[in-house]
Parts: sequence; C-alpha cells; structure tokens
Amino acid sequence: MATISIQCQHIKKSYTLKKNKIIALDDINLEVYKSEIFGLIGPDGAGKTSLIRILASLILPDSGSAKVEECDVIHDFEKLRTKIGYMPGRFSLYQDLTVQENLEFFASVFNTTVQDNYHLINDIYKQIEVFKFRTAGALSGGMKQKLALCCALIHSPSILFLDEPTTGVDAVSRIEFWEMLTELKRKGMTIFVSTPYMDEASLCDRIALMQSGKILSVSSPSQVKQQYSGTLWSLQSIHMYHLMQALKKWSRVDSAFSFGESIHVGISEQNISEIEIKNYLLQNGISEINIQRIEPTVEDCFMQLMDKN
Amino acid sequence: MNADIIIHVESLTKKFGDFVAVDNISFDVRKGEIFGFLGANGAGKTTAIRMLSGLLQPSGGKASVMGYDVYTQSEKIKAGIGYMSQRFSLYDDLTVIENMKFYGGIYGLSKNDLNHKIQEVIGILKIDEFKNQLVKSLPLGWKQKLAFSISILHNPALVFLDEPTGGVDPVTRREFWELIMNSAHQGTTIFVTTHYMDEAEYCNTVSIMVDGRIDAMNTPQELKKQFNSQDIHSIFVNLARQSTRKEFE
Repeated sequence: MATISIQCQHIKKSYTLKKNKIIALDDINLEVYKSEIFGLIGPDGAGKTSLIRILASLILPDSGSAKVEECDVIHDFEKLRTKIGYMPGRFSLYQDLTVQENLEFFASVFNTTVQDNYHLINDIYKQIEVFKFRTAGALSGGMKQKLALCCALIHSPSILFLDEPTTGVDAVSRIEFWEMLTELKRKGMTIFVSTPYMDEASLCDRIALMQSGKILSVSSPSQVKQQYSGTLWSLQSIHMYHLMQALKKWSRVDSAFSFGESIHVGISEQNISEIEIKNYLLQNGISEINIQRIEPTVEDCFMQLMDKN
Repeated sequence: MNADIIIHVESLTKKFGDFVAVDNISFDVRKGEIFGFLGANGAGKTTAIRMLSGLLQPSGGKASVMGYDVYTQSEKIKAGIGYMSQRFSLYDDLTVIENMKFYGGIYGLSKNDLNHKIQEVIGILKIDEFKNQLVKSLPLGWKQKLAFSISILHNPALVFLDEPTGGVDPVTRREFWELIMNSAHQGTTIFVTTHYMDEAEYCNTVSIMVDGRIDAMNTPQELKKQFNSQDIHSIFVNLARQSTRKEFE
C-alpha cells in the first residue's frame, strides 16, 4: 500500500455572488500517494483552483477535512506551509526583483539558502541562469514559469502544488514543462497539478476528472479508458458536415464529436458492426467513408462522464 | 486585386530595434475561409495580428485588409473587423443584454437592427433564461460563445479570434467551433489562433510561424502529406523545435 500524501474528505466550498450561491466544490474525496504525479483535470470553473487553495491552506473549506503530509489544512496550517511548494496560476514572482533576488527572497522566507537546496533546482535554474540579473517582469512567459517553479522548490518541499502551469503555453513548452515534472517525480517529489488540457492526462500516474465542483472519476489514465462504456468509432468522409448531421439523427448513436479530422462516435451496443454503421450511412447518401473502431482518449471519457452527470 | 482575397500580405516585417519580430511574411486569406494562425509563444503571432488589425504600423512590406491599406487606412480596418481575445472581453457587471446593447452602440447599429440581432443571438446560443443575468455569473464556455457572437454583431466580413477556446470544457469547445463554422459558412472570414492542435484540423488553411517567419502553410491534409506526418501536432512540434530565437522581451 502506497503511503498517503493527501487525504481529502467531504470537502465543500461555495461562494456568494450577489445573492447567488455558487458551489465551487461539492463533496470532494480523494487520496494522493507519495511520489506520484496526480493530475486534476477539468475546464475553467470546475473547482480546481479552489481545491488547490484549500489544500495549500490559503482558503478554508465550508465543511469537510483534509490532510497534507499529515498536517490538517485548518489546524496545522503553519507546519503544512513549510512542507508544500505552491505555484499559483497567475505568476507569483516579484516583477521588480531580479531572477536571482526572487530566488533568494523565497529561500530566506523559508529560513534556508539557495545553496542548501540548489540540487533540487539545478536542472531548471541553469536554463534561466543567464538572465539572473534581469528583473522577473522582463522575462518571457516560459522563463517566468521556470523561475516560479524554482521559487516553489527552493525550500525543499515534500509536495508541489501547481495550478495550471501550462495554460496558455505552446505545445513545445508544455512538453518541456512536463519533462521537468517527470524529473522531479524521479527525485521523489509528490506533484499535484491541475490542467485544462486533456492530453496531459497520460503524463500523470493518476488523474481526477473534474467538472462543476464534482470529481467524476479518479484512476490511472488507462483505467479511465477501460471504464468507457460502449464502443467508440472514428469516422472520416470528404463530407464531414453531412456525416455529422447523419450521425446525430441516428437513434443508435449516443455521442458524435469532432476530433480534428475525424468524428468520434460512441455507440452503447457492444456488438454493433462496421457493416451496420456503413449501411446506415449509405442509406443516408454517404458512401465513401473511412471507419475504424478505436480506443477512447481521456477527452472521450471526460465527455462521456460529463454527459452521465 | 483578386476580389476573393480579403487579406493580402506581402513581405510584411516588423522590427523592434534590432529585433525582427515578424520577418518578411507573405500570404493571402480567401473570403469565407477559416485561416489557422499557429506558432509557439514568442513566434510573432500577436505582432502580426496587431498589424493586420490596424493597431501597429509595420516596419516594411505591404498588407491590405478588406481592401484597406494597413499603413494609411487603419481606422477603416478597425471599424470593419471583429475581434475577440482570449482574455474575456465582455463587461462582467453588465447583463448579457446590456453587453450586447453596449457593443451594438459602439458599432453604430440602428435600434431596429440591434434588437433584431439580440433576438438572433439569444436564439442561436439558447440563452433566453440567462439574458438578464450579469455576465460574471455565466460559466466560461457561455461567456466565450457570447463574446464571439458579440464580436460579429456588426456583421464584419472578417473576425480575428485570439485563442478563443483556452480553458473551455471539451463539449463547449466543440460547440464553439460549430459557431465558427456556421459563421464561416455564411461568408465571414475567420482568422484564428489556438494552442489546441486538433482545432487546426477544422481550418481550411493552416500556417505555422517560427521565429517571425511562416515556415509552413497549406490545407491540413496537404501539410500532413508534405511533412509525412499523422497529425498537425507533430508538424508543429518539429517546426517549433527548430526555433533559434532566444529571449527578447
């Protein structure tokens, strides 16, 4: 049995906006193990930031309890804060301090020095070291992100909370950022990371899919795919619009979504055949199609779970 | 100039001091097409869009947008285009209807046209029950769909969408693209940037910027043939990795 780093029970949180009550977190339960990369995956407004802030002891839940590294998020918050690293979604750096000054500042706040824990940030810091005399405000987005990660690591936390570190970041920088996370995990770090990008799920050990304050599923990326119910088909035609219209009006189709150049079609019947689908489309005037049965992606699973909830 | 061309760009360049942000780019956008404008952060997309929308003077080259010259007729360009940024551009403390009335007023729509438009948008987005709610109480996906509808309230021939679907849930992201495709079908030209590579597949033409240059441009199908690649994502990653551009800000 893996050791537990985060334990979260019946967490609820709501906000009031002009007499409207908005439920941000609706009975959240989860466990995160040590030295795993745990991904909190969902769109904006799912409740990801609220959950991370509660676990980082920055806001209080309305009810429920949570422990991080054996510290209660409400009662042991002072001790908890020495054990966690937190990188908020909006940049947390002091814009008018230099790269080096930012790092030294964060180290001194935690009563440590950059030298003491340099081994933790070495790989990342050397990529921005040439700019160490530049102010943080003058760095590009990718460089700011690397500095923010160094600052979150400099007191040698046991667990790292990253709130949407790759939002608005291009595909190449996202790959590089995930390589850094994988390296940190190899060094034993527990990583709790949120993202709206479904394709990043496969880089996590386990994921929680989240929507409208609820956790739809917690498991490994491959288990999520196994839980997909029904069969999934990928279809292509030169007349994608007509294909989509025909599929949407067919009663045997549960879902039809565009996925780039193809349409993913979910059909709950396990034994429907390729021929049956082709015949239906032929009756609807669509003859030349490319069809194959496929494994669902995490995005397919997410949409199915959204529909069920 | 060919009447089917809505954006014509020839050797367009922008320098900031010694730094060449946009380096001699040339392309045409046809009326009614969806033109995907891809590139890594810092490749020069935003600078190029700012020149094409009349907000920034080029350092060299030529560009005309809807027949207007970017050097001398930028005010006409600004009045004629639609624009929607990733950062949500509606007023949070106005209601859905108030936002539409506000922007309709700015675009100079007549009262009749505006009322007609408001009904149309409410119908298309199915937001009748939310129409008197403050925009800040809407889910992000709704806001983005509303922001798009408002950006084309004045029936522009061309609309610039700058990462319109960032952070939007997967179902709403697809609904958003249906809106885009419908409006392209009705003749609006769409110029769109995105970090979701599957969305590049919905474009008629995809261009990929690297270090201020356009290093690839074609239909998604042709690009995949040309680069012998399964998907746009891997083409993008391979090209972006060739970047030699370092820090410049």
